[in-house]
Amino acid sequence: MTERNQTPHDANPDERLEHDDAPLHDNKPGEGGELPTESHEKQTPTSSSAAIAADDTGTARSLTADAWRSLRKNPLFWISSVLIVGLLAIAIFPGLFTDQNPDYGDLGRARIDPNSTHWFGTDRQGYDVYTRTIYGARASILVGVLGATGTLLLGSFLGLVAGYLGGWVDTLISRIGDIFFAIPLLMAGIILLSATRSMDTLLGVPLQGYFGTIFQLVLVLVLFGWPAIMRLMRSSVIQVKPNDYVQAARALGASPLRIIRRHVMPNALAPAIVVTTINLGVYISVEATLSFLGIGLVPPAISWGVMINDSLVFLRSGTTLHALFFPALFLSICVLAFIMLGDAVRDAFDPKSRDR
Amino acid sequence: MGKYIVRRLLQMIPVVLGSTFLIYAMVFAMPGDPTAGKCGERACPPAYVKEFREKYNLDDPLPVQYGKYMGNVLQGDLGENQYGIPVAEDLRDRFGVTGKLASMALVFQSVVGILAGILAGLRKGGFIDNLVIVSTLFVISIPIFVSGFVLQYFFGLELGWFPVLVGADATFYRLLLPAMVLGSLSLAYIARLMRTNIAENLGSDYVRTAKAKGLSNRRIIGIHTLRNSLIPVITFLGYDFGALLGGSIVTEGIFNILGVGGYVFTSIGNRDGIAVVGAVTVLVLVYLIVNLIVDLLYGVLDPRISHD
Repeated sequence: MTERNQTPHDANPDERLEHDDAPLHDNKPGEGGELPTESHEKQTPTSSSAAIAADDTGTARSLTADAWRSLRKNPLFWISSVLIVGLLAIAIFPGLFTDQNPDYGDLGRARIDPNSTHWFGTDRQGYDVYTRTIYGARASILVGVLGATGTLLLGSFLGLVAGYLGGWVDTLISRIGDIFFAIPLLMAGIILLSATRSMDTLLGVPLQGYFGTIFQLVLVLVLFGWPAIMRLMRSSVIQVKPNDYVQAARALGASPLRIIRRHVMPNALAPAIVVTTINLGVYISVEATLSFLGIGLVPPAISWGVMINDSLVFLRSGTTLHALFFPALFLSICVLAFIMLGDAVRDAFDPKSRDR
Repeated sequence: MGKYIVRRLLQMIPVVLGSTFLIYAMVFAMPGDPTAGKCGERACPPAYVKEFREKYNLDDPLPVQYGKYMGNVLQGDLGENQYGIPVAEDLRDRFGVTGKLASMALVFQSVVGILAGILAGLRKGGFIDNLVIVSTLFVISIPIFVSGFVLQYFFGLELGWFPVLVGADATFYRLLLPAMVLGSLSLAYIARLMRTNIAENLGSDYVRTAKAKGLSNRRIIGIHTLRNSLIPVITFLGYDFGALLGGSIVTEGIFNILGVGGYVFTSIGNRDGIAVVGAVTVLVLVYLIVNLIVDLLYGVLDPRISHD
């Protein structure tokens, strides 16, 4: 709170509201000092002045500010955020965590158990498992982040267009969405990727090499992921559009773009963000599954899925169990972190689940 | 009710046509060469390419190609795999095994998931609740191919409780471990969904009325709460059936089960496009049909749905 008190008052309406109610609860300083929403209700029958003020803040505070308040009290949010920041650091700057070359394989040191030089041991090709696990983060996370962002952008755009224009445009987009939605993601991935395997370029993008293989995966995820976000956005627009304030804005000559930005987006963004966060975890898992099946990322790209696939061949001899364990551990932690974050964000935005 | 069924069936037609067209277009209308990789390391001889194109009508305009393909699919012709064996014939023998595996997984995940969800939801915040929440979070975040291999390694290889591979003789006992692996992911989602529903319904007005009437706790939970909480779970089961079929590709690959999923798994490895597409098309069709059945069932279970 101390930092925020120094910001100018006209900076942001949400922040200003937090200031206005700050004196009320100033007896409890610090991060956890704000009273939870439930206590506002408890106050209502006892002291009338506090009740009026509390009611004011309760209604005037925006959904985002409200969500942020309950979010930062949730330990799951902090655990998952720390994990994600750590994984992002690994993905962006793998060189900080290891000085080894992930592509250096030496058969002379194959299948060594974890020890002080090779923390996670080496695999059957003599690759250092720790180094490859660190470098594998990039591809896995890149696919997840690009896929989820692309899904969000395409889905939101089409949902806004469908909901705002209505009529035959809406029918067309919705029905196309139904069709894409009807094919389960993994199966769509299998079909599209087995077709693109024999191709050199798609939409002008070369499909070979590191970025080519990542591009194919992102394409699958976006192409078959957008209907969920589109439906969310569309229903938000349809809910908001008939409201008086939107009609008034339109009568005053506000452009569709402005109406969408000022009135539709704030209502629709919360569920879209929740789905996107959960998508991140799901997509990373799907990438690993497709790579495991042998049609996702392929060497020389390094990803956790590729490493797991590599290690499985000789798993049954039982000698390189660690080569499976560590990438699988990182993969699971990464998926766990994003799904936990999604859970926390959903709880924060959903007042029904907040009374826990 | 009759009106509802007819409406749902009519809505289904464009989705089935559209999604099968999409699958077909992804495979045959892409700018790549469909015969690539079919003749080993070399390019295919022109005679083979010509025959291939003729056989799959690749020189017709796309809608015509699709029409012919769908006509063949409806007659049970899914093309031939790279050994010249009709894909439909291969699949026919394998459907029983996948059906058995999927229904075992379905029973496992619904029974265990619903029970866990009920126990957790009845005492929200209690020990069992926290246990269910944490354990389902772990199950959700571990991909099925990892848990499959780990369980296979420990229970199959190390402890010897279950056979490591299933093979040709898919008995109930042999399919037990794969079915549990396959059902584990949905189990977690079902448990969480059931928990939320139970907890939400327990706080609803009709439960309070039932209590006020003096009904026994058993009746309130067993009849009123449970029935209402089960409806979303059934919808989820239908929606999730796609994930179950997708999961069967991975599980059957790991445990060497000779079902449809295992067929897709080996065909991907063999780069056999026709076989992959044929089998996956069938899986998508099964998924759509199951979804339709669940939708209709939903109308029966929840009268509010069919009367609008």
